[in-house]
Amino acid sequence: MAKNDLQGALDLLILKTLSQLGAMHGYGIAVHIEEVSDALLTVEEGSLYPALHRMEQSGWLRAEWAMTESSRKAKFYSLTAAGKKQLAVREKNWEQVVKGVQAILRFA
Amino acid sequence: MRVLNSLGSLWERLFHRSTKNAEMEEELRSHIEHRADDLERSGLDRTEAERRARVEFGGYERYRQESHEAVGGQFFETVLADIRFSLRMLRKSPGFTIAAVLTLALAIGANAVVFAVLNALILRPIHAPEPQSLYAIQRGSDEAINHSYPDYRDLRDRNRSFDGLTAYNLASVGLDTGNNPTPAWIYEVTANYFDALKINPYLGRFFHASDEHGANSAPYIVLSYAYWQSRFQSDRGVVGRVVQLNKHPFTILGVAPPEFRGTLSFIFPDFWAPMVNQEQIEGSTVLNERGHRELLMVLGHLKAGVTPAQAIADLNSVGSYLEKTYPKEDGNMTFSLARPGLAGDWFGRPLRAFLVGLMMLAGLILLAACANLGSLFAARAADRGREVALRLALGASRRRILRGLFTEAILISLAGGTVGLAGSVALLRWLSAWRPLSSSPLQVAVNPDAKVYLVALLLALASGFLFGAVPVRQVLRTDPYQVVKSGSSVRMGQRMTVRDLLLVVQIAICAVLVTSSMVAVRGLMRSLESNFGFEPQNAMLLQTTLTMAGYMGERVPAMQRRMIDAVETIPGVKSVGSVDRPPLHYGANIANVFIDRTTDLKPANAAAQAAMYRISPEYFDAAGTAFLSGRALNWHDDKNAPRVAVVNRQFANKIFGSVPRAIGGYYKSGDGSRIQVVGIVEDGKYGTLTEDLQPAMFLSLLQSPSPVTSLVVRSHRDPGQLAAAIKSKVRELDQGLPVDIQTWNRELEGALFASRMATISLGVMGVMGAVLAITGIFGMAAYSVSKRLRELGIRIALGAQRKQVLEAALGRALRLLAFGSAAGLVLGVLASRVLAYIVYQATPRDPLVLACVVLAMLLLGLLATWIPAQRALSVNPLILLRDE
Repeated sequence: MAKNDLQGALDLLILKTLSQLGAMHGYGIAVHIEEVSDALLTVEEGSLYPALHRMEQSGWLRAEWAMTESSRKAKFYSLTAAGKKQLAVREKNWEQVVKGVQAILRFA
Repeated sequence: MRVLNSLGSLWERLFHRSTKNAEMEEELRSHIEHRADDLERSGLDRTEAERRARVEFGGYERYRQESHEAVGGQFFETVLADIRFSLRMLRKSPGFTIAAVLTLALAIGANAVVFAVLNALILRPIHAPEPQSLYAIQRGSDEAINHSYPDYRDLRDRNRSFDGLTAYNLASVGLDTGNNPTPAWIYEVTANYFDALKINPYLGRFFHASDEHGANSAPYIVLSYAYWQSRFQSDRGVVGRVVQLNKHPFTILGVAPPEFRGTLSFIFPDFWAPMVNQEQIEGSTVLNERGHRELLMVLGHLKAGVTPAQAIADLNSVGSYLEKTYPKEDGNMTFSLARPGLAGDWFGRPLRAFLVGLMMLAGLILLAACANLGSLFAARAADRGREVALRLALGASRRRILRGLFTEAILISLAGGTVGLAGSVALLRWLSAWRPLSSSPLQVAVNPDAKVYLVALLLALASGFLFGAVPVRQVLRTDPYQVVKSGSSVRMGQRMTVRDLLLVVQIAICAVLVTSSMVAVRGLMRSLESNFGFEPQNAMLLQTTLTMAGYMGERVPAMQRRMIDAVETIPGVKSVGSVDRPPLHYGANIANVFIDRTTDLKPANAAAQAAMYRISPEYFDAAGTAFLSGRALNWHDDKNAPRVAVVNRQFANKIFGSVPRAIGGYYKSGDGSRIQVVGIVEDGKYGTLTEDLQPAMFLSLLQSPSPVTSLVVRSHRDPGQLAAAIKSKVRELDQGLPVDIQTWNRELEGALFASRMATISLGVMGVMGAVLAITGIFGMAAYSVSKRLRELGIRIALGAQRKQVLEAALGRALRLLAFGSAAGLVLGVLASRVLAYIVYQATPRDPLVLACVVLAMLLLGLLATWIPAQRALSVNPLILLRDE
């Protein structure tokens, strides 16, 4: 298990959200994650934006300024080809982690 | 890879910083607005919605910072930001900044200068290949490095440890390249000198052992690079040219490489000439006399694989052979090895001790400066407690704040280091070009090299961290909640704080420095007041060596007499006398003397070693030496008359038991001749200022002639005019005789040079220590007054008297001052014992010195607390209590 697999969970959530929604801004991503998870997961703004900026820097996300339906300016993020590849890797990794963790939890 | 990324990102950020920042900020703002929109939809009004959104978002600043860091390149960027911020903070308090930079500049400059001298004289070996295997040979328990030429030859041929042994001697000669005789300093060397040292010529060729075929067989010289440049304008055509050296033709063979400047660290020869030509160069030769130990030094490279201990054992076996074979001349032939650069251990050891001591004092100064700056920084950090607390409350990390403080400290230390280094480089350049004594080739090349710059940089950084670390604990303990709530809460407890401790340490160090310099100055004053046995005031010295103009044998004393007679005719001249070398002129000529009964004249049987002078009859008059009894020498004491001498009181006591018994008595010199004592003069100083009473004998220059001539001219006339008059008189006698004319006081500078330099450097250290003490106490007192201004106002309002106000404001500073001074005084007295080796009569238990130190520290304390005290007294309680 790589060291940052658990920390990478947020990255995974963001990447997955963007693959489902296409392009979305930071607030939209946070709201989406909260709604879809039935408020089980909340994303702290303090972690969200650093993660977005980091992934943009790594070339997984591209960002564009655009207007929302409520005609507010916002920075919209979408997946790049590298981002899609990264998502596949992360999903696979995550399944492994979950299996592993469950195995540990069920061990009697 | 990360570094590359980071660098690329740095590049981008440096140029697109503002757009990036604005973008990030806009994104966060957009987030808050979206949230507010949602909240508004759920029924809140707009302003309440926006407020809630911002509260939910939380530490906006921190997210911004974290987002920044997530993007990379943050290391350089935060450093830049820290530097910008620190510069802004420093600009806001220019007084503090200037004081801090100057304090450090002084301290680091002093360290750089002392280190450069230490580096040039001790750390840097002489510029020859493989310096680590190069050793000079010392003889006997007194570690003498002088040897006789026959002894040198035996050592060279009989040892099995050295890869060739060479020897050299200093000489002053006149060099004439065509009607312009000028004095020059040379090394007379054995012809294998350059080969034994493994030096290759820069131009032309060197002489070799194969060029020696007996006396005066090698009329060649090799120029030093510097002399070739200055005297021959770097003319490559000099090779093969014939020049006149003391009126004898010598051929210039070549030029030595620029970095090789002889085998002493402080006397660089103008050129080298073979020693086999000593008779031509000096007018007489002692190369065949085993008892004349006139070689300055014998040195060579150890063979590969031979340890110094093995070499010493080998040399000692040669030594015992010499003792057995030549019992008359050679006694005490045990050997040891030393590095050649400082002329062996007898000179090198005290110099090394002194320089190391000086370096330690310089280190103390830096430490005192650091203590000073540390307490300033701590005070500053306390004043900035609110700012720090506010930043902590806004989410800045403690690490970041500490980094900011350290950045400030390092900036100051680097600025101080740069200023200090610039100053010291200027000083060192000047020192390197300086010829401290006109009559000697003494010179020290202390030009700073990479090592000096590196040391200065490291010292600057280290001191930055040292004083930057003082306020760390203070920041780590800051509780933002408490500070923001209650304003600047300063606990003025009575317990000893770090700041107090620093101040005591600093004052103690300063007191050590002040004590040392006082002791040194006092020692020098005493050495100037002591009785030399002659009167340098109102006397001129004309120095020359008659062989420079070709005088030999009988013509030497005749010329000396003509010179005396000629100079005596100058109006205003009271008396003129001649002596070979004046007393205190780089040591005295020492000779063995024996009591009359001794028949076996080997060195071990000598009754004493006496300083020997060859004088004209009027010498004592001219020199101002007091005559005690008997008669003076006269011009009838010549070669045909029985040999006579005037001796000093110490000689009379030591050889004859008392002055009356000495008159008319006989003693024997090393060559076996009986000499009758005809007169007694007072004791004096002959070799060094610090010597104990020495026996001395004064012989007639007619009976033991010497071409080395110093005319002592006593007159009240203006020295400049007198010198010109003397010069023209000598010109009338001989156009081609190079002479050196100066006042006796000036000539004596040579004798006083070491203690004078020691005094100057210690004096400078003392002044620096005093300055640091003032700034330290001032800083502390000013700070404590400004902190307690309100309290003082209340006291005054309640009717406190001036005395009580002062006691409250400054009592603590003064108590610390007294405590530190006392500690420093004790340490200083202990340290001054080391000084006694260097500085004449430097005794730390001199009550005058102790009184001076106490007085000086008191004055410094008063001076430094004067302004803060004035401020405390002028507090207006009304204004203070009103404004909050």
